[in-house]
Amino acid sequence: MAIWFARSRNIVSSLRHNLNLSGILSKRDYSPRPAFTNSQLSSRSVFLDSITSLRHESTAVEKQHDLVQQSDEEDVQELDFPGGKLGYTSEMKFIPESSPKRVPCYRVLDEDGRIISDSDFIPVSEQLAVRMYEQMATLQVMDHIFYEAQRQGRISFFITTVGEEAVNIASAAALSPDDVVLPQYREPGVLLWRGFTLQEFANQCFGNKADHGKGRQMPVHYGSNRYNYFTVSSPIATQLPQAAGVGYSLKMEKKNACAVTFIGDGGTSEGDFHAGLNFAAVMEAPVVFICRNNGWAISTHISEQFRSDGIVVKGQAYGIRSIRVDGNDALAVYSAVRSAREMAVTEQRPVLIEAMTYRVGHHSTSDDSTKYRAADEIQYWKMSRNPVNRFKKWVEDNGWWSEEDESKLRSNARKQLLQAIQASEKWDKPPLTELFSDVYDVKTKNLEEQELGLRELVEKQPQDYPPGFHI
Amino acid sequence: MASLLGRFCRKLVVPGSAHGSRMVSTTSCDSEAVKSLNLYSAINQALHIALETDPRSYVFGEDVGFGGVFRCTTGLAERFGKNRVFNTPLCEQGIVGFGIGLAAMGNRAVVEIQFADYIYPAFDQIVNEAAKFRYRSGNQFNCGGLTIRAPYGAVGHGGHYHSQSPEAFFCHVPGIKVVIPRSPREAKGLLLSSIRDPNPVVFFEPKWLYRQAVEEVPEHDYMIPLSQAEVIREGSDITLVGWGAQLTVMEQACLDAEKEGISCELIDLKTLLPWDKETVEASVKKTGRLLISHEAPITGGFGAEISATILERCFLKLEAPVSRVCGLDTPFPLVFEPFYMPTKNKILNAIKSTVNY
Repeated sequence: MAIWFARSRNIVSSLRHNLNLSGILSKRDYSPRPAFTNSQLSSRSVFLDSITSLRHESTAVEKQHDLVQQSDEEDVQELDFPGGKLGYTSEMKFIPESSPKRVPCYRVLDEDGRIISDSDFIPVSEQLAVRMYEQMATLQVMDHIFYEAQRQGRISFFITTVGEEAVNIASAAALSPDDVVLPQYREPGVLLWRGFTLQEFANQCFGNKADHGKGRQMPVHYGSNRYNYFTVSSPIATQLPQAAGVGYSLKMEKKNACAVTFIGDGGTSEGDFHAGLNFAAVMEAPVVFICRNNGWAISTHISEQFRSDGIVVKGQAYGIRSIRVDGNDALAVYSAVRSAREMAVTEQRPVLIEAMTYRVGHHSTSDDSTKYRAADEIQYWKMSRNPVNRFKKWVEDNGWWSEEDESKLRSNARKQLLQAIQASEKWDKPPLTELFSDVYDVKTKNLEEQELGLRELVEKQPQDYPPGFHI
Repeated sequence: MASLLGRFCRKLVVPGSAHGSRMVSTTSCDSEAVKSLNLYSAINQALHIALETDPRSYVFGEDVGFGGVFRCTTGLAERFGKNRVFNTPLCEQGIVGFGIGLAAMGNRAVVEIQFADYIYPAFDQIVNEAAKFRYRSGNQFNCGGLTIRAPYGAVGHGGHYHSQSPEAFFCHVPGIKVVIPRSPREAKGLLLSSIRDPNPVVFFEPKWLYRQAVEEVPEHDYMIPLSQAEVIREGSDITLVGWGAQLTVMEQACLDAEKEGISCELIDLKTLLPWDKETVEASVKKTGRLLISHEAPITGGFGAEISATILERCFLKLEAPVSRVCGLDTPFPLVFEPFYMPTKNKILNAIKSTVNY
């Protein structure tokens, strides 16, 4: 009996394949259905019945027993559970921890800046392309000069975007000015694209009286309501569920706009990543989530951050359409973000983009990344996988850019930045009253008292306090 | 069983209502209709009015769609639609983060955290984001339209995770407001003020009073100002300060103390952050004695802030040390609740020892 039984499965399988009788052959079904009698539930009688049906090729037997052939391809019968109908299987099979193949990366330009034949992409006009290139180059100059300014002690802190210029500028170029951006902190290029001036960047870094943020936060914590760019905050990933709320608001107001929010590879480990994606999906909010997977979260390599195939595979877990794109390919980023934005707005749904890139610079001016990664690795990405050079080649090949344009742009940008820094440095800090305002919409009594007390103190002992503040 | 509850099983007469407490309203209400409502119904009314008067307001959280586990959101989804009143996934950081996003776009987001005990996953969003949203942006952005409601406090059988009073954590965060009503009528007016206040507000509702407290509540739209404490019982020998459900207990202690010839002044703080120091100061300068009572554990509780401030302002007027009658420094226990709680008799003992100092 036991031996016979053990072989039965093989017989059934071979019959199934050889005779193509999958519709008729039956398998054990232990689901608690009242139509079944006890005898029908025993494997032996079921098998005998199936042999009978095979001989007679009768579908009547199949109906009578209400048994199903279960394979991966056919869901003849389904089970109802909260959440909808499910096929079932008696084959115990675990979904593997990873796919045999990693999700491929969408790219349009090869490393030499040539469009790969048969690429899908949204064409970019000369005007747009030149502007994109100019902004990427300006961003490079900005990064270099502010970094040096920090080294010289003129500003306290800085974060560069080196290596991620394409993600910054191409994504910004693909959005509409009405799209509300919730950045992490490595996306000043989006603000630059929208019109934030070099002077405005410098003002925030120096925290002077012209800083829109009124000197309250560390450098690079830019924000601009004029350009729909939410103020940067240091905590990681907090902007993601907020983006879902922003997107929902835009949807309710029927605006032709979406929320766009950025996060790094490290940030996707935060609980707010899960919260943000899940809410955006459930609320059907128009949000584009852009993850800059640059390989490093300060000194933590992605191999220490997650065991999934990056971030793109997580989208489906939330019911979110996703794409992996070569983040160093400006044309690919442009097309992907543009498409994602259209989907988000017209279909009122979130979209996830994982932009593969590399953080060429240190995490910040407080970091020396040669302590945890090979200098060779950094050099390689800086020289051979440079997104700015790659896009430059394409723009040049089209005859839209010359070396003369290049040197003019860079020297102009440099000059403007140095001037901006010199000016920012000279200006006063915000008046002392700005220490106490905006905690609430209106100053509360305790704040008024504290301001009075502090004012008296500063007047009495000014030597204890830094200069440059009007009382 | 009654002793385990340590309170009253019958419907409570809310403190202050029988003593002609001033009700501040935006319009003269002598001829306005009132209705006998319990706390959850009063809150429900406030939410109906809030959604009615501002088309860009939203109510959401876990289970709010069918009316909520405490029925505070009954009828809202049916009346205003599932676009404005909806269930969220079970994720407090998502609820508050989503609310901040909505509020930052100029909407009013009235979010519900199912129990104050579960507010902690949202602590980062509240402290690092909501509280600093306006300040850090130089007033370019704000999330003043955010109001976070959560049931708090002992309920007789709640144990560690259905009884907490976490107000002290939030009172330490510049940029938000913390409001706690004592009764149905107060709750409706304070909630409407909180929702309409241009700052993010954390609104703790004493769950014990959801059904237990019944009061005449005006049916119209009225607001009770924030940061204004109220003397709900006048006296001359000692000032008692409290908030929420604890005021009921304190009032009973005051009545007992009166029988022994001690005249107690009882103050409802209502807003804990920013709190009305002037009203408490004026009272203590009159009585010379202060007692603070709250369910939350005594160490680091908000009573410490009140005590320190009053000490600074009224030192020479004080006849006795400031007394605090609070929960013990333990997680909120289940079977030991009657021992843990700052009961009427504990308060009465403290009143007497303060007066006899």
